[in-house]
Amino acid sequence: MKYVARGAVLAFFGYVIGIWLTVAIRGGSPTDEVAVVFGFILALLGWLGGIGGFEAFGRQWIGKTPVVSTSPGWRRYFEFSIDHKVIGVQYGVTLISVFLIGGLGAMLLRIELASVGQGILDLDDFNKVLSMHGILMVAVAVAGILGAFGNYIIPIQIGAADMAFPRLNALAYWLIPPVAVALLGAPFLGAFNAGWTAYAPLSVTNDSGQILFNLAIITFGLSSILGGINVIVTVITMRAPGMTWGRLPIFTWAGFSASLLSFCVTQFFAGALVLVTMDRVAGTSFFSPDVGRGLLYEHIFWFYSHPAVYIMVLPGFGVILELVPTFARKPLFAYKAAVVSLLSIVGLSVVVWAHHMFTSGMADFLHGPFMILTEAISIPTGIIFLAMIGTLWQGRLWFRTPLILAFGWLFNFLIGGITGIFLADVATDIHLHDTYYVVAHFHYTIVGGSIFALLAAVFYWFPKITGRMYNERLGKTFAIWVTVAFNFTFIPLFWVGINGMNRRVGDYPEAFEGPNRFASISALILGASFLLFIGNLVYSAVRGPKAGPNPWNSRTIEWHVSSPPPQHNFTSQPRVVGHPYDYGVEGSLHVVFDGNGNGSGHSESEGDSA
Amino acid sequence: MTMDTDQDTAVIGANDDDHGEYHPDTAFQPRANKIGLWLFIFSECFLFAAFLSARYFTTGTEIPEEVNQGLALLLTVVLLVSSISAYLAETSIRYNHRRNFKIFTIATIVFGLIFLVGVVIELSAATLHYPPGTPYGTSYFMLIGLHGFHVLTGVIGLTIVLFLGNKGHYGASDYWPVEGVVKYWHFVDLAWVVIYPTLYLF
Repeated sequence: MKYVARGAVLAFFGYVIGIWLTVAIRGGSPTDEVAVVFGFILALLGWLGGIGGFEAFGRQWIGKTPVVSTSPGWRRYFEFSIDHKVIGVQYGVTLISVFLIGGLGAMLLRIELASVGQGILDLDDFNKVLSMHGILMVAVAVAGILGAFGNYIIPIQIGAADMAFPRLNALAYWLIPPVAVALLGAPFLGAFNAGWTAYAPLSVTNDSGQILFNLAIITFGLSSILGGINVIVTVITMRAPGMTWGRLPIFTWAGFSASLLSFCVTQFFAGALVLVTMDRVAGTSFFSPDVGRGLLYEHIFWFYSHPAVYIMVLPGFGVILELVPTFARKPLFAYKAAVVSLLSIVGLSVVVWAHHMFTSGMADFLHGPFMILTEAISIPTGIIFLAMIGTLWQGRLWFRTPLILAFGWLFNFLIGGITGIFLADVATDIHLHDTYYVVAHFHYTIVGGSIFALLAAVFYWFPKITGRMYNERLGKTFAIWVTVAFNFTFIPLFWVGINGMNRRVGDYPEAFEGPNRFASISALILGASFLLFIGNLVYSAVRGPKAGPNPWNSRTIEWHVSSPPPQHNFTSQPRVVGHPYDYGVEGSLHVVFDGNGNGSGHSESEGDSA
Repeated sequence: MTMDTDQDTAVIGANDDDHGEYHPDTAFQPRANKIGLWLFIFSECFLFAAFLSARYFTTGTEIPEEVNQGLALLLTVVLLVSSISAYLAETSIRYNHRRNFKIFTIATIVFGLIFLVGVVIELSAATLHYPPGTPYGTSYFMLIGLHGFHVLTGVIGLTIVLFLGNKGHYGASDYWPVEGVVKYWHFVDLAWVVIYPTLYLF
């Protein structure tokens, strides 16, 4: 904890010094946005230096040998540890905490919307809570699977000892706590009410809390870019002998694809917010109606934020396709087509952004191409579905919590995908734009596609990470509960949206009260399900029965090391000799280990328990 | 990269346990460094692309009369020459010519500083003729600021490798930090090759 304390103290002094210097040089008040910007930058540097960045990087720059934390036990989670497994757990715990805070925001919103008129929140506060809920949840969806499981699982799956740049990995994680602090601290400067999209010119003229939002998301973008580069380089350079691209586990492929996107496009959200920040503090006018153009923001923003939904769901595809063969005891259907689909989604997703702007006054001739390109994405997405269903087809299904959540994912994401076609279509989108139909569609794709996969991943890899088994009965109860409650919450919102209920307004006409009240009650039940989730995981992590190295009888490499894996993951060099998903193929083998370390890998002839 | 769990901290790169255990292969690191740097530069290109497209989207190719073309041309030449000296510095350390390495690195740093001073002169003149609130000034200050920041970080990086080179680090087989900083410097120059016509010529 001493490093966290040192980081916090240095961050505090950095903030104070930044504000003091700015006020001393240019005058004005300490809550001026210029002062906040410099305060934040120095606070961030102070935090990173204090948490261990100085020892890990700075010492090298002055010619000394860099050092990093290797404390044993729980202390390593609060220090600048370069072990990818520690960093994965850090990401996971941080983001699930953020997820729960964002969920509380959603509960507030649904309570307000349970009845016509204004209850617990007035209209402006509603927008502020909504913006907070939005951005926290988007952050969780972007970094949840990739940060937690991408870090923990990908290096082991490809037979590497760590990531390619372990120190950079730690740096990318330790950029996250300041993001959370800045976002949650924004209410002290008046919060932000421009939604998670932060459309200009509103985001140029609203309260000063917006400046903290901007700085936080720019920092978060930096973390995403560094994390993305790290995953790509790791997969390219650190694969074990025999781990050819055609044998790469599908979750690694998905993490690789999402990283390709995140390191190419994240700059655009950060860049758009830099422009907003400049408009606010430096007197530029990119988005003022007389000099610049408000549409500029939407172009730059959506050039990131549409690919961003694929950064959220591609790792989700990977998780689902990873665990379905295990629980169906069958080879992954259409592995190569699934890989091609992942990569073609990466390509297509950067040429569809303007379908968010059909009603924004963009040139008419752009409507047709963007509609066609957007609808074209349903082809590779359909192939992912095909791979999943083809694997389940005639399999010996082993109904454990991860598989039940995967079925929930299938159902939700299917609805999300089909309802999306009406938003990609220009004619229907003009009617549906900015209604609750969009809200429902978005939640079906992101909660359905990313959060459900995240939950499935948590249950699937929980025994590997903690070494203990969760409670199966509670897990199954949770899986069914969350799927049903989620659908009850969002199905009514399609109906009110089609009938014209506007999103981002804390009130609505009386005719919509019935479905809204139903959605609100379902939302509270949905929220309550997470008490079961957290209770199950926390109790099982401490008291659960020992899981052993391979409770699912799975074939990928991470299941052939102890749970949790040893330092540097392997006690002897893994050597890949076959395809990872040949379940039930007689005599097939995925991995063997040199020497007498872990013995040989799991062979199908040993028989499997289904 | 091994470490000892008994201690609070570990020295990166030290090989402190020799119990005949499995040691992960670290032969990938030079290749990983190179790919990582190229990916970083590629990712930076997107950042510059975002701001350049903002310039074209808001004001097209409009350029005011008062722009100091002479100074801009001079700074462009200085920056392009600095790329050559940076390349010579890298080549010198590759052949272990430490004196040349020192000379060319210092030259590159000086060129970079000249560029930064020129930028400050330009910006102070710009606040009179086209302040940030005007159509051209908006993109001008943003792009010059962004590029200036990159030049500044490049100069800091060059100073660090110069300092460490002076202390005896690096050699013919071990000059990755120099190579990395110099590649970054080339990228900063290349970015200027796109920004210069955008702001001064078109």
